[in-house]
Amino acid sequence: MGYPHPSHPRETPVISKYFGDAEARTLAGWQARGGYEVLREALATDPVEVQNVVKESGLRGRGGAGFPTGVKWSFMKPDGKTHYLCINADESEPGTFKDRELMRWTPHQLVEGTAVAAHAIYAETAYIYIRGEYTEPIARVREAVREAYAAGILGANAMGSGKRVDVHVHKGAGAYICGEETALMNSLEGRRGNPRIKPPFPAVAGLFAKPTTINNVETVCAAVHVLRNGADWYKSLSSPTNPKSTGTKLFSVCGNVARPGNYEVGMGFSMKEFLWDVCGGPPSGRTFKAIIPGGSSVPILTPEECEGAVMDYEGIQAAGSLLGSGGVICFDDTQDMVRQIARLARFYAHESCAQCTQCREGTAWTTKILERIRDGQGTMKDLDTLLEIADNMTGKTICVLSDSCATPVVSGLKKFRHEFEAKIPKNRSSVMVPSFATAAA
Amino acid sequence: MVTLTIEGRTVVVPPGTNLIEAAKTAGVLIPHYCYHPSLPVAGVCRMCLVEVEKFPKLTPACATTVGDGQVVHVHSDKARDARKGVLEFLLINHPLDCPICDQAGECELQDYTFAEGRKDSRYMEPKRFNPMEDFGGDVLYVPNRCILCTRCVRFMDVMAKDPVLNVSERGDRAYIGKFEGSDLTHAWAGNVVDLCPVGALLSKDFLNRARAWELDRAASVCPSCSQGCNVMLETRDNVVVRIRPRANVAVNQHFACDVGRMNYRWINRRDRLEYPVVRTEQGLSAASWSEAVQRAAAAISGAARVTMLASPSLSNETLFLLGRIASHVGASSVMTIERGHEAPLVGAKDLSLRAERAANHTGAELFGFTEFAAPLDALASGDVLIVADAAVTTVPPGVSVVVIGTLLDQALAAHVVAALPICNFAEEDGTFTNLRGRVQRFLQAKAAPAQTRPSYRVAGDLATALGAGSFPPLAADIFASIATTVPAFTGMTYRTLGLQGAPLPLLAETTA
Repeated sequence: MGYPHPSHPRETPVISKYFGDAEARTLAGWQARGGYEVLREALATDPVEVQNVVKESGLRGRGGAGFPTGVKWSFMKPDGKTHYLCINADESEPGTFKDRELMRWTPHQLVEGTAVAAHAIYAETAYIYIRGEYTEPIARVREAVREAYAAGILGANAMGSGKRVDVHVHKGAGAYICGEETALMNSLEGRRGNPRIKPPFPAVAGLFAKPTTINNVETVCAAVHVLRNGADWYKSLSSPTNPKSTGTKLFSVCGNVARPGNYEVGMGFSMKEFLWDVCGGPPSGRTFKAIIPGGSSVPILTPEECEGAVMDYEGIQAAGSLLGSGGVICFDDTQDMVRQIARLARFYAHESCAQCTQCREGTAWTTKILERIRDGQGTMKDLDTLLEIADNMTGKTICVLSDSCATPVVSGLKKFRHEFEAKIPKNRSSVMVPSFATAAA
Repeated sequence: MVTLTIEGRTVVVPPGTNLIEAAKTAGVLIPHYCYHPSLPVAGVCRMCLVEVEKFPKLTPACATTVGDGQVVHVHSDKARDARKGVLEFLLINHPLDCPICDQAGECELQDYTFAEGRKDSRYMEPKRFNPMEDFGGDVLYVPNRCILCTRCVRFMDVMAKDPVLNVSERGDRAYIGKFEGSDLTHAWAGNVVDLCPVGALLSKDFLNRARAWELDRAASVCPSCSQGCNVMLETRDNVVVRIRPRANVAVNQHFACDVGRMNYRWINRRDRLEYPVVRTEQGLSAASWSEAVQRAAAAISGAARVTMLASPSLSNETLFLLGRIASHVGASSVMTIERGHEAPLVGAKDLSLRAERAANHTGAELFGFTEFAAPLDALASGDVLIVADAAVTTVPPGVSVVVIGTLLDQALAAHVVAALPICNFAEEDGTFTNLRGRVQRFLQAKAAPAQTRPSYRVAGDLATALGAGSFPPLAADIFASIATTVPAFTGMTYRTLGLQGAPLPLLAETTA
């Protein structure tokens, strides 16, 4: 549903069906809508069967990487060790706000999905790590967890199944990097939120050094519907031409667009129809200049590239970008791309955890150069330097924050180089750096 | 065992070894900053990225364990370019103040930049600036030079178990922070200065004292306690200016405590006993070596009762010969052991600043010296006391004293018959036996003043003058005769000890 706009007929509302429906927030309202029946059945089912249904459905991680969820769950074996489930609700990717609405309107959907996933991976304890700025979602999810405990849905004897399912809600403290899975685990453990070096992978030694699975909010919400209606039903929601991307995806659309909001469409949806029909196209009298289709960390697309693309993992990749988290950021023809890319770089420079050299120094350096170009102090040589820095920042660090900063720079320079060049005074080969400029003034 | 190829060389190492250590066995240095063999792997500097065939990306050598059949390229174009990139990133905010930096000459950033870095800088922005901070203890922090390898943080967390350091802030604003109200006063905190690969953590004691390339270095053993930490004595113009740990996994890993590091000024004392001295009618006066030795021998052999008080920090060689003298003349041989507080380095196995502040009390015991709290109380008029580098200030009336020492205490002057000047441990070769029975060599680090002679030679000459036999003039040969006459040392030679030492054979058998 396109909350706050009315649902568009081309949407396929599954997880977003109850957006805007205040009654669905309560336990009673959720149960009246069929809630927790999936959990009751799942708890009575062998975890391997639950894993198999999700595997069969083709559901892939909705946090950005798109790893098959059922396969991830099947890494967890009944080995007698304590297992943990982490739900990544630290939704901090610029342009992404789908989990926020899922938690605001359907907190019980998340609690149910969490409990199902915990059962599927032989875990008794789950942590929902919510971004600190999400004050309303935190309150909603906490209330839902409280209600679920009071009703015996969670706890030592979850829904009378004899199985223990505990869910803890943890509030983050405002660090983008804590959305990286191993940094999230460090943060939960009370350490500095730095990504961990892999291996060991979380399925071997994750939270508190125990086997851990980490899933996105949207993923476990979708899993509830997969289990309710079956794998074939879920596959039927998406375009049959690409069996690798199944079901629906919630896209957060923001920026210079007529109707910003969250839209749930089947995988394989035409991007052209999505942008110009479902979302209403650019604001009246304008045209799109650039689209970032999957959150700020993915390559920028031109409207021409978007027109032929389909919205699934493979389709957007074929168009030259990534599905990512589904945060669609639209720029119209009034936007200054240099300014926009400089702003993105500043975000990553601010959020770098400072562990890896390339990221700590590279994000900040990139930002300084971009802002200098933005302010008319750039040189043509800076453009080459930017690309070389970006190359040195890509694929060399513990996590991908460094790559994420380099990506919009590289794609922006490739597709909007003329805007950069237009800001560089002719025949300039050296620059007045800010400190000298100030001293001379 | 795992077999792999590194830079075209076949390497066979135990499973679980990381690529940096495996490469070392082939004589290949993989450049690195955050990795340290005695600390947990952090994998953050990204300097040790190497190319492993069939891996999709460059991989950090510190965090990659060896695999059978791996083919590793350290100096491929891809790996070199990655290192060049890291060096450029590290340098953009690093001041080029090498000419006034204490680390210059032993700086890994300087070395690797010189070897593989860019020759120019593309950075046109102002550099980050943070003021210097006194970290307490002996440590000064210069954040502008810091490359955030976190070795210091990990040392304090994991080895010292006194987590006073942290990484504060994020991004390029990050720096090493110190928790409010705590200082680097841990007994082993000085190690963070050595661990720092650049000039960000400096020793206040050594600040601006010398340039690294002016120093002469000699492998030695710390004499400050019975742990026997392997150290390097660093001298400039024949003056010891710094003591730094020397790696020995069996004794001190890569560490030395602050007491050991700071305890070097006595080595450079200028108020030494520099000439042989004998008593004449006019009082004490300088004499030739042969006369002084003869006078000492005459006094000892003419005495009714002889007591030998030796320092438990003399070498095995000297104590062996002094023990020979004692048994030859029927002297009682005693020592006093100074004691202080014990300060373990919790994260390391069996490593501590020991309460016994004597380098060789284990050796002394093996050569017949017993600890005696008040050795002078039993002395009576007419006795001769041989003071071998021990601290004695007053003796009962009528007692004659023979000094074999580095100093001559004026309070003893009235009792001295003869005083024989010896070298201190930094001026001669020798061995110490640590409290676990490990025998370790130390090498001469500086020249001895005036007519002083190595202590083993003086003891040997005196023993010969007393008729206790003849002894060779070199430490190595004396050690060889220890190995043939003292059962505990059977079979040991300087060659087999090397610079890492070896446990006493009997102990090795019992612990094996």
